[in-house]
Amino acid sequence: MDFKNKLIRKSALELAKLIATGELSAEEVTSAFLERIEEAEPRLHAFINLFPDFAFEEVSRMEARFQKDGENTPFAGVPVAVKDDLSTKELLTTCGSKMLENFVPVYDATVVKKVKDAGVVLLGKTNMDEFAAGSSTETSYFGPTMNPWDTSRVPGGSSGGSAAAVASYEVPWAIGSDTGGSIRQPASFCGIVGMKPTYGLVSRYGLTAFASSLDQVGPMARNVKDCAAMLGVIAGHDSLDGTSIQVEIPGYSGMLGGNVKGVKVGVVKELAGESIEAGVLDLFNRSLDLLEGLGACVEEVSLPSLKYALSVYSIIASAEASSNLARYDGVRYGFRTDEPVEDVWEMYAKTRAEGFGMEVKRRIMLGTYVLSAGHYDQYYSKAQMIRTLIAEDFSSAWEKCDLLVSPTSPTTAFQLGEKLVDPLKMYMADMCTIPVNLAGIPAISIPCGLSDGLPVGFQIMGPPLGELKVLDVAYAMEGAIGFEEKTAEKVLPS
Amino acid sequence: MRFETTIGLEIHVELSTASKMFCGCSALFGGEPNTHTCPGCLGHPGSLPVTNRQAVAYGIMLALALNCEIAPRSIFHRKNYFYPDMPKNYQISQYDVPLSSGGSLEIDMGDYIRRVGITRVHLEEDTGKSIHVGESGRIHGADFSLEDFNRAGIPLAEIVTEPHLKSPEEARVFLQSLRSIIIYLGISDCKMEEGSLRCDANISISADERIGTKVEVKNMNSFKSLYRALVFEEERQRSLLQEGKTIVQETRHWDESNGVAIPMRTKEEAFDYRYFPEPDLVPLELDPTWVEEIRKKIPELPAAKLERFQSQYSLPQDVAMVLVGEEEMADFFERSADSKASPVEIGKWMVGDISAILNEKGISIKEAPISPQMLGELVLLLEERTISSKMAKEVLLEVFETGKSPRSIVEEKNLLQITDEKELEKIIDEVMAENSKAVDDFRSGKEQALKFLIGNVMKKTRGKANPSLVSDMVRRKLSS
Ligand SMILES: [Zn+2]
Repeated sequence: MDFKNKLIRKSALELAKLIATGELSAEEVTSAFLERIEEAEPRLHAFINLFPDFAFEEVSRMEARFQKDGENTPFAGVPVAVKDDLSTKELLTTCGSKMLENFVPVYDATVVKKVKDAGVVLLGKTNMDEFAAGSSTETSYFGPTMNPWDTSRVPGGSSGGSAAAVASYEVPWAIGSDTGGSIRQPASFCGIVGMKPTYGLVSRYGLTAFASSLDQVGPMARNVKDCAAMLGVIAGHDSLDGTSIQVEIPGYSGMLGGNVKGVKVGVVKELAGESIEAGVLDLFNRSLDLLEGLGACVEEVSLPSLKYALSVYSIIASAEASSNLARYDGVRYGFRTDEPVEDVWEMYAKTRAEGFGMEVKRRIMLGTYVLSAGHYDQYYSKAQMIRTLIAEDFSSAWEKCDLLVSPTSPTTAFQLGEKLVDPLKMYMADMCTIPVNLAGIPAISIPCGLSDGLPVGFQIMGPPLGELKVLDVAYAMEGAIGFEEKTAEKVLPS
Repeated sequence: MRFETTIGLEIHVELSTASKMFCGCSALFGGEPNTHTCPGCLGHPGSLPVTNRQAVAYGIMLALALNCEIAPRSIFHRKNYFYPDMPKNYQISQYDVPLSSGGSLEIDMGDYIRRVGITRVHLEEDTGKSIHVGESGRIHGADFSLEDFNRAGIPLAEIVTEPHLKSPEEARVFLQSLRSIIIYLGISDCKMEEGSLRCDANISISADERIGTKVEVKNMNSFKSLYRALVFEEERQRSLLQEGKTIVQETRHWDESNGVAIPMRTKEEAFDYRYFPEPDLVPLELDPTWVEEIRKKIPELPAAKLERFQSQYSLPQDVAMVLVGEEEMADFFERSADSKASPVEIGKWMVGDISAILNEKGISIKEAPISPQMLGELVLLLEERTISSKMAKEVLLEVFETGKSPRSIVEEKNLLQITDEKELEKIIDEVMAENSKAVDDFRSGKEQALKFLIGNVMKKTRGKANPSLVSDMVRRKLSS
């Protein structure tokens, strides 16, 4: 195995250590990953834009900074990929849309700033469903991303680019955003670890809003410890985000003991029934046995209101999206129609007709409808009431269980184009992940095996701010499952 | 037919906080276009609002001054509509759970008091400013429009009244009273011409007690234009009703230069704002002790001050009203009344000559070179009969010209009245010696001769003698 292939197999934490001890230089690491990206991209298209020059500049800036101050951080020089809905100063941020094809932000998202401060080096921005509206990364204006396990299949979405980049060793870890499963479902499809933290734990400042009350930024990695480490980098109160919560951030990655003994795990009946594909359910059940074997008490619990989750989500997410996406109007920045127009109203209409893709338009229309006079009470207000019921169902579950589990997605990665024509089927891909966003709780997806050669995700949900417990059980299961080797075998050239 | 006018107002006040409602940009008026902006108030992707605590404090203060109940928990909503001066194409405002509600304000109409209910006071953000280039001057038919987002996001308090106003004049007085309160609170400069105080009105006319149809009138940029627009609308609706026609429920745009309110949109064309709770902000939960702290900071308001000025300084009502109407004038008066001079005289001077000079120069009392101490001194000089009231007027003008104190002006110009009887006696003796014929005439019964002699004394003293003193002395001398 050549130097590059050996290097890119390292975890983020291993790389950090090797760089810190001087065994590897940040430059070598950056070069190796950029080389891997060059090799894998034609097959995968995980990135929308790559910034190699910026990355090398960042490496020298960082080295200068650390030499001067004698300051160091545990992750200096480790590369990262960031989903293209996070604002990066002076670097194109397109949100997968024609609308922002040439948009260069003037500021860094808080998460991006934190990552930079930690010395982590941004290599590029990853592909995504347009404005995060989608579950397959197929609605990107820049074309789909392919699943590294089978390039005829989707990587999931909307953070499909980040998931594929991590799974294919283009980067050791990445950052995504999760509105209804957009981190966990692609993590599941690509056989990696992805976490959606408690709502408010990670700043949303600089995250292009899709559905503000559901969006949350989170880490994606090939193992739980890296995922925990990245969470430690990006979590924390931010005065620029009014919904950010004030809480002490534990050093997640250093606190993982993998102790599952006596942990009460509830299997969510509504998320583990007949709507789950047989192969997925089978692997899920085997993982439950494994959990029991590790000493956890596993029992079934029912959260009856979850049967409404998908409907409630469609209403709330599209309502918020319709308003959040209103600012893309051709007036101040971004795309503006080239067609001749009579007045500003026609400019709006043409700009938005040409600048947005089908799925985004569908959600804007749906959202506009449910908020309209005469429909508000029937849809939006009712959805909010049921959202409260869902949160209450979770609250009562925490009285009996420490954690809840389910498959991450009812299926493995589907074929490109398979569900694009049937939005309802596409939305079903998020049925297990959506309730978590509605309740604002943390959840992780870890790979639990292969079904017909495709990865299957196991979702662990925790009470608000229960990240550490979620990560710890995930860490224990990961050790017992031993999945990562399978990834390398399948995805990397030997 | 018997007509009754009903008017309700919707007033927007830009709060004079240091920064904008939801971002850290300067909230100062003006500035080079688009320099007081950031990703937040330009609606860049990913930017988020953070509520300005000072703006909330100002909103609470205003609500309390208008006797409103403060909601312990209120909610910001998004008001969705497309307009080029709205960076996000929604405005963060308050909707069904506002900051405050249920207040009232009493206005003094001279011969009666009108109590006007305040439906609510809530907080929101201002929009940017559009300049439409083209003949129409409006967005419809513009060649192109320019946008300045310096104003976008400046905190606004919106005050909605109950439809309790019965005439355009009441509406005007209400708005003036409200403005005066806001200036007393120090939370806005309330300059209608700069748009920091804006007023929309709803007006309906009932004919023979049949409920009228509400018409909204917008774009009144001064107290006068509010009054004119309402008079116009009152007349228009009345004559339609008299002709047996129906009033269309609509929004009209006041065109000040042509003195007409033009139809803008009907009820059917009204926007559906699709209000929903702003998910980027948590509900505004107010600590009651903070609200109490703010209540304690409310200064004496115009109504209370008016009463006090009349009782404490014995000011006539009309004088007190003028002084209280402008907080700067009231403050100036009180500091001036601190002197030994009579407060009633001080008040009269302020309402009279000083106001006239200020008006003529187009400046406020704060910008004027006269200090409260100077006015006290001037009135005292007059009361001590050191100068005549005619001289006092000249001295006042001189104060405005030079900024010097009245006493030094009087001394410099040698304007001091000759009140020294010995000095006067000498001059009178001279005049009598020089005009023995007149003396004789008087003694033989010609009363007119006295005026001639007094006139000559005044001439000799170049007007510095106290005329009534001279008259007394001459008469005494002649009859001795
Ligand atoms: Zn700003």
